[in-house]
Amino acid sequence: MMAMAPPARAAIKVVATTEDLAALVQEVGGDRVQVEALARGYQDPHFVEPKPSFILKLHGADLLVVVGRELEIGWLPPLITQARNSRIQQSGDRYLDASLTAHILEIPTGEITRAMGDVHPLGNPHYWLSPDNGRLIARAIQKKLSEIAPTDAAYFAQRYADFDRRLADAEKRWTAAMAPYKGLKVVTYHRSWPNFTDGFGLDVIGYVEPKPGIPPSPSHTLELIQEMKRQQVKIIIMEPYFDSKTPDAIARDTGARVIVLAPSVGGQKEATDYFKLFEYDVNTLITAIKETGAK
Amino acid sequence: MSSRNERSWATGWFPAALVAMCVLSAVPVRAQTPDPAAQAMREELTRLRQEFEALKQQNAALEARLAALETTAPAAAPPAAPAQAAPAVPLPTEAAVPAGATGAGGPGGSLPVYGGANLSSKVFNPDMAVIGNVVGAAGKNDVQPSPGIRFDEAEVSFQSVVDPYARADFFLGFSPEGVSLEEGYITFTALPAGLLMKVGEMYPQFGKINTQHTHALSWVDRPLVATNFFGEDGQFHDAGVSVSKLLLNPWLFLEATGEVFSGNSSVFESHEPDQLTYAGRLRGYRDLSDAANLDIGTSVAYGHNDVGISYATTLAGVDATFRYRPLARAIYRRFLARTELMWSRRGQEDGNANAFGFYANGDYQLARRWFASVRFDYAERPGAPSLADKGVSAVVTYWPSEFSQIRGQYRRTRYAQQVTANEFLFQFQFSIGAHGAHVF
Repeated sequence: MMAMAPPARAAIKVVATTEDLAALVQEVGGDRVQVEALARGYQDPHFVEPKPSFILKLHGADLLVVVGRELEIGWLPPLITQARNSRIQQSGDRYLDASLTAHILEIPTGEITRAMGDVHPLGNPHYWLSPDNGRLIARAIQKKLSEIAPTDAAYFAQRYADFDRRLADAEKRWTAAMAPYKGLKVVTYHRSWPNFTDGFGLDVIGYVEPKPGIPPSPSHTLELIQEMKRQQVKIIIMEPYFDSKTPDAIARDTGARVIVLAPSVGGQKEATDYFKLFEYDVNTLITAIKETGAK
Repeated sequence: MSSRNERSWATGWFPAALVAMCVLSAVPVRAQTPDPAAQAMREELTRLRQEFEALKQQNAALEARLAALETTAPAAAPPAAPAQAAPAVPLPTEAAVPAGATGAGGPGGSLPVYGGANLSSKVFNPDMAVIGNVVGAAGKNDVQPSPGIRFDEAEVSFQSVVDPYARADFFLGFSPEGVSLEEGYITFTALPAGLLMKVGEMYPQFGKINTQHTHALSWVDRPLVATNFFGEDGQFHDAGVSVSKLLLNPWLFLEATGEVFSGNSSVFESHEPDQLTYAGRLRGYRDLSDAANLDIGTSVAYGHNDVGISYATTLAGVDATFRYRPLARAIYRRFLARTELMWSRRGQEDGNANAFGFYANGDYQLARRWFASVRFDYAERPGAPSLADKGVSAVVTYWPSEFSQIRGQYRRTRYAQQVTANEFLFQFQFSIGAHGAHVF
């Protein structure tokens, strides 16, 4: 069965599971796409409610782009089953798993059990937080959009090239800004920052969560405070969807600063697109580093 | 002369060289102490290399096909095409066997042993999960006494994709009394016209509570209206076909479902093969905001009953659910208010018996791991509507993690025969494996 290309000037309706993917689809697709995100950037993307209103969005979608690596496993499958859209089923030609061409970190080797917390057996799914991966995701989107609308392939290619160029320029600025702080030790709330911290040379020495998905416990918090004092860690990075009570208590005890970064586009009101996401995170980080005198 | 050579072999450069070789060969072994990041990189590289090889072969195969199609004489095999491009289907890539895996080290890497853990047929194994449910009761209930503690049921599920057009879900109940097939159905996900079809053993979509699996409830028990109207399990299931259609409109999610069942369940009884059970449901849902939404439905079910061949029961229901869950605090705070009203018209020898029942429930999440519920019950008995049971429950649930719950419920029931029961129920629920998310 041949894939039906949409008529000449009708925009391709894309549904993405997160605002990051939606932002990248917008960069590559321009005015040839109409893209919506299911999860908001300031909500925990593991725990999204599979609302019937999402079923309607999926039903009308020409393309579904997902983060994959089991990030959406708790809510997306029943939505896809009920979407009544054969093409966006996992086996269909309009289902794009953005992780397939990205660089994934923390792929576990050896035995995995839930005693380790809510582990991701296929690697860390928060991989969009790296400009390299942004490029790889955008490239995969460009290829898929060109398959759907071959007559616009040149347009998508040109938009990708432009995105690539702007990203390369911006990346130079961000790397230069972060260069003086290479090797800086930080603590994060959840294990959702490895691509970001690796890319900008930060060293995560511990987490507020004792294990992924397990809320802070008094004994672990005490250990973390001692470790932070020993290693002189002054920065705690937190996502906006966690409760700041424990990080604030840790900060008071260690003299550290809690900064709420944007884990996704839309995670803070300034992070309105893929570039502003990094701008906000890098600038907030640098301001906090300077103010706390962290090294 | 030969003795001089013998001496030099034993004492000269040879032993030194031997020692040097041992030392040198030991060094790479030490350096191979696994470094997870490098290991991950290596695996990534290997995977990329394999993909690249696969793509190269695919490309070659496609070019060969193109060349073959373009020539008018298909008999003229394209000699320029590389030898391995001859089959239309790209050859499977040779997987580089990772070090330490079964079969590594053999010439080219030997295949996994049949029956071994790495056998590729296991990749098609379904998602499996087992959810255990242990319940107990303390207190006085002379009408429906419960054992002090019992293993209620383990729900075992097998879920997977069947093929590009359908998925299958099986739910079995294992209890000390035996095994029962609760649900086992195929769902056709690729139908046109906004249709979704399920065929198999399933819970009819009557209201909300009939389709809710026990592990998804926020109480230890089921509401009185469910146990009075559907049978002592509080649910009824049957074999049949369910077709639901999205009624697209600009205002709300609207879904109409029509179902036909064999006619035998804890509510209905079929006396002839053509006495089936029919069920229908209309569901409307609307987002009120990012955080709040409203879900309203109406249901009906009809079939013959156990009174006799020409006696039938009709059930009708209305359900409404309000949910509030602020997105930025979604893991800490949520609220749900739900009510279901049900009517039963039961054909009996002395005429129709009309019964009514309902429950009203509120769930509130107090903190990341703490939930509380309050529920009111009222239910007349379908066979004798002048008898009505009422109840009230207060529940607290603690979730050590997403995969286990500990629950305590205070339940006060006033049975129709003017008997009051005060009970404290408790429950431990625990799951292993991969259990798919349920319908919202």
